[in-house]
Amino acid sequence: MVPIEQYLMLSAVLFLIGVAGVLTRRNAIIVLMCVELMLNAVNLSFLAFARALGDMGGHVFVFVVIAVAAAEAAVGLAILLAVFRNRETLNIDELNLMRW
Amino acid sequence: MEQTVFYVFAAIALGSSLAMVLQRNPVAAAMNLVLTMFSLAALFVLLHAHFLAVIQLLVYAGAVMVLFLFVIMFLNLTEEQLLPGRKSILHGAGIALAVYALLQIRELVHRMPAARPRALATDFGTTKAIGKLLFSDYLLPFELTSVLILAAIVGAVVLAKRRLD
Repeated sequence: MVPIEQYLMLSAVLFLIGVAGVLTRRNAIIVLMCVELMLNAVNLSFLAFARALGDMGGHVFVFVVIAVAAAEAAVGLAILLAVFRNRETLNIDELNLMRW
Repeated sequence: MEQTVFYVFAAIALGSSLAMVLQRNPVAAAMNLVLTMFSLAALFVLLHAHFLAVIQLLVYAGAVMVLFLFVIMFLNLTEEQLLPGRKSILHGAGIALAVYALLQIRELVHRMPAARPRALATDFGTTKAIGKLLFSDYLLPFELTSVLILAAIVGAVVLAKRRLD
């Protein structure tokens, strides 16, 4: 059996890659994809703990996270479509109407 | 054997997710994310989460990524501009912060009490076991999820409509 520590470290690295993408990318669609990657990294640690503790509660958490991620992608992309229709851009540096 | 499979799929997941973040072309980034989802599904199988591995492939690699690709192609996005040079200080700070966070997490993981390997129930991770949990102990979250998805459907249709009169 692979030690749980390795799963947790892999999950942490994937999460940090997702954070780096959200902070550095300028394309709003790719930012959304990086959020999906972060959700997936968290799913991996949920399942690693479920396996280590022999408790299936973690599986239910992952199930709900996947459902929420799917809903988030649908609404997020619909918002991006509306933004693109109004502003002709998806560059998040140019979408600064609410910037202080 | 199990360790080797873990290393192979962990390497694929890391490589493809890095490629996704560094990729300029949105379609290539989406395809790299699909590859990451696939290797994570393989890791889910290693963790005896068979049902969730299949759900991961169907929902993420299937439905969600098709939605992403559809929107990318619908908008016909060109490759985004290179980051302006003045942000390189921010990049350095970001990398330093990421390394620091990683070291802290590693410290935390190593201080975790060692989990004794436990014998798993024979139906661990099967559809039947998850179904039983969803309809008994976790009934309320399950029902709330359906309300959330209904709200998301209505919201997506309203937002994507051509004109809000």
